[in-house]
Amino acid sequence: MDKIALIMEPGRLKLDGPMTASSLAPIWRRALEKARAAQQNVQPLTIDLSSAPKIDMAGITLLLALEQAHPGVTFEGLGQRPATLLARLRKEAKTAPPPPARAPIPRRGAALAQRVRDGLAFLGDITLAIITLPANLRFFRAADFFRLADQAGGQALPLILMLGYLIGMILAFQSAVPMRQFGADLYVADLVAIALFRELGPLLCAVILAGRTGSAFAAELGTMQVNEEIAALQTMGIDPATMLVLPRAGAMMLVLPGLTMAMDVAGLAGMATVLMLFGFPPAVIAAHVATTANVGRFLVGLAKSIPFGLAVALVGCRAGLSAGLGPRAVGEAATAAVVGGIVWTILLDGLFAVFSYRMHL
Amino acid sequence: MSAAVTLSGVGKSFGARELFRDVSFDVQEGEVFVVLGGSGCGKSTLMRLMIGLDRPNTGQIMVLGHDSARKPDLIRPMIGVMFQSGALFGSLSVLENVMLPLKIFTDLPAQAQTEIARLKLALVGLREAESLMPAEISGGMARRAAIARALALDPPLLFLDEPSAGLDPITSAGLDRLILDLRDMLGATFIVVTHELPSILAIADRCVMLDAKARGMVALGRPRELQAKSPNATVHAFFNREML
Repeated sequence: MDKIALIMEPGRLKLDGPMTASSLAPIWRRALEKARAAQQNVQPLTIDLSSAPKIDMAGITLLLALEQAHPGVTFEGLGQRPATLLARLRKEAKTAPPPPARAPIPRRGAALAQRVRDGLAFLGDITLAIITLPANLRFFRAADFFRLADQAGGQALPLILMLGYLIGMILAFQSAVPMRQFGADLYVADLVAIALFRELGPLLCAVILAGRTGSAFAAELGTMQVNEEIAALQTMGIDPATMLVLPRAGAMMLVLPGLTMAMDVAGLAGMATVLMLFGFPPAVIAAHVATTANVGRFLVGLAKSIPFGLAVALVGCRAGLSAGLGPRAVGEAATAAVVGGIVWTILLDGLFAVFSYRMHL
Repeated sequence: MSAAVTLSGVGKSFGARELFRDVSFDVQEGEVFVVLGGSGCGKSTLMRLMIGLDRPNTGQIMVLGHDSARKPDLIRPMIGVMFQSGALFGSLSVLENVMLPLKIFTDLPAQAQTEIARLKLALVGLREAESLMPAEISGGMARRAAIARALALDPPLLFLDEPSAGLDPITSAGLDRLILDLRDMLGATFIVVTHELPSILAIADRCVMLDAKARGMVALGRPRELQAKSPNATVHAFFNREML
């Protein structure tokens, strides 16, 4: 690393060594303090640069800062090239307009209102796309639909089965221990079956797909937005909602009930494993499940999964399509898709709970 | 004057596809040297080899006295690179992009780093854009900001990949002027990859031309001389905008 020494004499500063970005750090502040002190004491100041063999732009910046600290400063031994550079940068520093003040941060309320308006506009676009789908079927690509269904459903199946099995085991184990104290541990089968069929099956599947598929939709569409592919579609007269959003929403609505069924079955298998380890025969467990997990409860869970799938897909697509510019926008869109997908799933689940209570379902 | 960069018998292939072979030339200190050629001839690949991001299959590249394939880490603090897209970091403002190398590689006080970065932005005419994010500036501004970032540590050697591609003639001419001004003021060596003929004629002291069909270099010399009297048909067509 280059080294430089600052030699201080009355009314004089000598810089001994190369004045470069890598050498100036140790002397920068001291040199400026000396210049300011000389200015305050109304003393002349000469900067001796005859022993500075190299002066780069960092060195010139220091000379300009010294000039600012002590307007009467004079430079001795400044070579021709650094002198030219100093003159040019002095001019640039004087003529450059000051940076504009940052735009005020919009108030949170106004930003939220804008988001609500944009969200409603998006829902309007999707509704219009559904209504006009028969006339725009050429924009709806069946190949995309099946590819997306495979990505969201087929490829997620092993994960759903594994998590369902583990969740069934954990639920059964955590419930069986306290219920055994009352001799009610066999009713764990009923408890887990009802919890899985009515609530946990569709809810957990939707949460998993919000993280796995909703974020992927947001990242894919966000990248298309950044690359101006969405704008290209629009200029070709192709509705992005029909071509990009409807296949994704349809695929999710198709696969989520199937995945919910898979999770229900895997969860029951996990529960049965634990109860068998506790000594209950499979026939008894099956009889309890058959009694409580009736078709009605099963169908309520499946019915819920369809709007959950729609919500996760729409939130993911909306996050992607409204992504800003730049690489950070894609990450933000993916985050918004996951958070929004989970929030909307739980909100819808709450509405279903109220609805099913009122309807005695 | 000594050579800042020397290429000896450099060849590069991707699998069975040979991009170029036996490329040899040197770039003198303080020179603006242009690597030119048609699309797909390997100009940007040659630049990646010179800055040590990739290794040649054959030959050797010496940059400021170091082998770029074997000692890329020794080269990098001494070079500045402007990539074709600008490659500004999207999460940092224009000023923070220029300050980044100063923050990482120097111990200068924060105020000094800011002042140095501001002067570099002023030099490329972007002082008023310092607080903007890369997504908020135009392509030409992004290129200039990238040049300012490449200049952050005052490297003696700068590589610019397609600095004026896709820019309007006025902005492009402004960038050409900037390159010449920087060379004159800083004494730095510039290696510029481009196929923009007006830029080549405006800035190049010397140039090398690569050709995809010939899989190598087809010309080396001063651009005006090549334009006037190159015996090679491709070179003549390139410089005189003729169909082959």
